[in-house]
Amino acid sequence: MDFFLQLLVNGVCVGLLYGISAMGFVMIFKASSVLNFAHGELLAMGAFFFLSLATWGKIPVAAAFVLTLAGCFLLGFLIEKFFLRPLIGEKLIFVIMLTVGLAAMFKGLILLVWGGNLHTYPEFLPASLELHLGSITIVPVYSATLVISVAFLVLFGLFFKKSSQGIFMRSVADNQKAALSLGVHVRRVFALSWAIAAMVACMSGIVLGIINGVNVHDLSAIGMKVFPVVILGGLDSIGGAIIGGIIIGLLETFTGGYLSPSLRDVVPYIALVFILMVKPYGLFGLVEIERV
Amino acid sequence: MKKPSFHPCGNFRESYAEELAVFDTWFGRVSLLVFLILLFGLAPFILDRYLLYILNNIGIMAIAAIGLNILIGYTGQISLGHGAFFGVGAYAGAILATRLNLPFFVCIPAAGLITAMVGMIFGIPSGRLKGLYLTIATLAGQFIIEYVLIQWESLTKGTMGITLPEPNILGVNIAGDKAFFFLIFACLVAMTWFAVNIMRSKFGRAFVAIRDNDRAAEGMGIPIFRYKLLSFAISSFYAGFAGALWAYYMVSITTEPFNLALSVEFIAMVIIGGMGSMPGAIFGATFITVLNEVLRFATGALMNVGWIAGLGLNMAPLREFVFGLAIVLFILLEPKGLAELWRIVRSSFRLWPFSY
Repeated sequence: MDFFLQLLVNGVCVGLLYGISAMGFVMIFKASSVLNFAHGELLAMGAFFFLSLATWGKIPVAAAFVLTLAGCFLLGFLIEKFFLRPLIGEKLIFVIMLTVGLAAMFKGLILLVWGGNLHTYPEFLPASLELHLGSITIVPVYSATLVISVAFLVLFGLFFKKSSQGIFMRSVADNQKAALSLGVHVRRVFALSWAIAAMVACMSGIVLGIINGVNVHDLSAIGMKVFPVVILGGLDSIGGAIIGGIIIGLLETFTGGYLSPSLRDVVPYIALVFILMVKPYGLFGLVEIERV
Repeated sequence: MKKPSFHPCGNFRESYAEELAVFDTWFGRVSLLVFLILLFGLAPFILDRYLLYILNNIGIMAIAAIGLNILIGYTGQISLGHGAFFGVGAYAGAILATRLNLPFFVCIPAAGLITAMVGMIFGIPSGRLKGLYLTIATLAGQFIIEYVLIQWESLTKGTMGITLPEPNILGVNIAGDKAFFFLIFACLVAMTWFAVNIMRSKFGRAFVAIRDNDRAAEGMGIPIFRYKLLSFAISSFYAGFAGALWAYYMVSITTEPFNLALSVEFIAMVIIGGMGSMPGAIFGATFITVLNEVLRFATGALMNVGWIAGLGLNMAPLREFVFGLAIVLFILLEPKGLAELWRIVRSSFRLWPFSY
């Protein structure tokens, strides 16, 4: 029973991480319908910016965090400006391959600058965040993750429901032409959504870095794990990303615990195929209706 | 029907036969023939072993790229699992050759057929999904196949790898780069011929109709699911065939090369070469293979330059960066790829002195 509970807690923790890494991905898809294959590399960018500032630059953690977020905001803005704007309205494969090309570029750049080794952050989370549930302990990073992901969920829920920019984003996602004709500045919305999404991605990258250490290969592998998560949750649902993440996380840890450890990494993709066959728009995704 | 010697300045075609012709002019046919004679007659005898090795790799990759081009460029279904299908072909060929001791001229087509079956299984989601959802399904296929290749140890020997026997035809062993050159390029010519002619048949026209508008195609009576599956099967056949050839050429295979990066390379070949163009797939395979070799050489050379070595930087990731940059630049600047550049060059000659 203890084993089961430990697996359950681990699964939820891993799942939260997946969910949190998927949020930026969903943001980009929601606003510009771009399937971002460079997501893992965006996570890594954030994690490495933070690493350079906090560990090597000796800047206080809070300031480094804010600086990293600002840097990633700019990075997302530039990516949209130089690479994705020329492709608005182009065929799907060009957009997909562009992000694949960007992923290779970023990965090469990161490896060139920071190398492929595992780096770790200094300890800075307060130990008082450690939770005890009976015989199970939850380490501070996981409770911090939980807090951060809930905070972001609420924040983005409010942003999309209440703020005018959020409503613009939703209108652009729903129907570009209609939004354009109603006076929404579509280009600005795209730029903003990429900037915000990159910011969210880099924040997730930092959280992942705190827990697992910073390594390009691991982070870009997580960029691929995002796909089962978002398909399960629904490609355009931020809440769905968290729930999808938790389900995939549980699936992984239980498969790893009870069936076989080697199956662990591939089981999300097997689940992915089944979800696509049965319910392609996921649990909370918007069903696309085709009209001839 | 008399063919003109050179391209006319406009489109003066009057019949479907003219529209379907592979070669518009006698000049085109003769120049291709001359090129092939030069290729087979000169290349293996004047090139050194290293260049021949690159040329052979280009030939193998071109076969697989043609297959992917049928799927992406002509049928409009994006597959991120082509690298895994290439691996399935390599393993199918290796297992048939070592376990059943079949001769290579049976093994290679059989490997193609087995891969076609696997490709059809992973093409089933295309019945319900399209666009990016199908792309994600093939991405899952890539990971699942990779897993099976590594874990099904009783069949694939896992990470140990398999060593293949030398291919043998009529008592003559095919060994060394020169002998393989003839085998690979004979296969490439045959496979290209086959692909070009499929595209001129009713199947090819159905594929193009599905690509351009799947609902309209269905409305006109094309059973789209069946044709999509067929397209997956043909494309995987090419991947498997190329994979088995590669396995024989490399002599021993492991599961490592058949990862997502290989799939991405294949798509890059199709895009950089030019989607929906047979010569384009060959151009693309040439470009990517040569780029890989040049980058390997360049990063190696950079590491030995004094001040860079002094910095302690590892220059190897530069390869990945330039590879990504090449994809990005082609998509942004010339999305129709090298085939379009080639067409522009030709038409500027044709329209001379009024080229634009």
